[in-house]
Amino acid sequence: MTSESALLKTPLHPLHLELGARMVPFAGYAMPVHYPLGVLKEHLHTRARAGLFDVSHMGQLLVRPKSGTLDDAALALETITPVSVKGLKEGRQRYGLLTNADGGLADDLMIANRGDHFYLVVNAACKAQDMALIEAACGASCMVEAQFDRALLALQGPDAAAVLKDMAPQAAEMRFMDVRSIDLDGINAVVSRSGYTGEDGYEISVAAGDGEKLARRLLSHPAVEAIGLGARDSLRLEAGLCLYGHDIDAETTPVEAGLNWAIQKVRRADGERAGGFPGADVILAQLQDGPERLRVGLAPEGRAPVREGASLYRNETDDKPVGRVTSGGFGPSYGGPVAMGYVPHELSDAGTVLYAEVRGKRLAVRVAALPFVPHSYHR
Amino acid sequence: MTIKYTSDHEWLKIEGDIATVGITAHAAEQLGDLVFVELPEPGTTLEKGAEAATVESVKAASEVYCPLDGEITEANEAISSDPALVNSDPTGDGWFFTLKLSNAADADELLDEAAYKALID
Repeated sequence: MTSESALLKTPLHPLHLELGARMVPFAGYAMPVHYPLGVLKEHLHTRARAGLFDVSHMGQLLVRPKSGTLDDAALALETITPVSVKGLKEGRQRYGLLTNADGGLADDLMIANRGDHFYLVVNAACKAQDMALIEAACGASCMVEAQFDRALLALQGPDAAAVLKDMAPQAAEMRFMDVRSIDLDGINAVVSRSGYTGEDGYEISVAAGDGEKLARRLLSHPAVEAIGLGARDSLRLEAGLCLYGHDIDAETTPVEAGLNWAIQKVRRADGERAGGFPGADVILAQLQDGPERLRVGLAPEGRAPVREGASLYRNETDDKPVGRVTSGGFGPSYGGPVAMGYVPHELSDAGTVLYAEVRGKRLAVRVAALPFVPHSYHR
Repeated sequence: MTIKYTSDHEWLKIEGDIATVGITAHAAEQLGDLVFVELPEPGTTLEKGAEAATVESVKAASEVYCPLDGEITEANEAISSDPALVNSDPTGDGWFFTLKLSNAADADELLDEAAYKALID
């Protein structure tokens, strides 16, 4: 157990305390799980107006080619990810994956082309491991610079664009997955139009010393409320987005996780830069033949939430589980319980009824299309 | 009528050998907005400390324990259909169940209001 005092603090820590957040340990950081508004209202507020999230615990890092030629960095990164990094245009970001030799996932991340370098955002719990992986793959040709002390804020929801427009009109011109350097009232920020809620919104990287000032400025807008990790989790679950360490991990392949769309054609069999990433044999074969199991949405038919770890059965009496729930809870916008989990391929069609074991009872759950709540990205 | 509390943050309103049981305002606040409540079937006999009900917030599930030995006589279906009642009125309309106590004198071991307040302060 990590003691309270050993926890790292984000640059917004004093603000969280001032706002009355309930702080919990998360990936080695003291993080706000909710504010006085509570998880339910924070979730609904984000979908109705705009929510501000402190995600400074996530790992930000830069990969800069020593040659000055960005393709050198792209090709180095492509040795650890099945994503087309070389095909990523300047000022654009894409969802990426780090794979292991078995075809499993070492992490998922965001990769942005910033012109003369790549800007990466990785999961908090994977920071050190990812840094080592990236150093090993890119160290010879690139400078890898950890920016783990920087602040990262996410502004999410239908009013996010209007809120940020007040500070920088050019932010409203950005499309989903655009990345730009923007001056926000004198604060140098790297802004991407992206997020982890299914809503339109932005992720904003600033120097540690500017984090609190920017957060206060955004929170001063009547549309914006501070939102904790609790609502972040229910929002991403409704949006059908994976949480590393839960829905995806070292044992799950991108194909099983339904993340085929993140592997561009150019990296697949017969592509111009086919394979060349860890576990390519396993992953390319699964892309060809289909996986044995698949991540699916699960909509419990009753009102009881079905949570992570619940076993899934073909019927009410079988002894042998056929799958497992990897994320589950209540979806405030969906208006009922929602879950995701892995099931055999032949049981993965939407509408298939399975049974989840909860407190000794078998509850009917229906395989459901993801997301539970439609995305509203600004494309 | 006597009001008693448990260290598991339940309140009991005891009239004769019937106790009405709910969770305290402190517990409701700690749990956050409830989205699901599962209640025991009337007629179920439970021992003190047995799991009597389950409450779920957006984030997590928690158990409500039976505060004393007894038999469930009534369950408050109003909170099953509207779990938010537990947050809005934990000590009134948000009651969970009534319990026919096996031995009414057992209630003497429970906390009084002053002792419970001392516990949560």
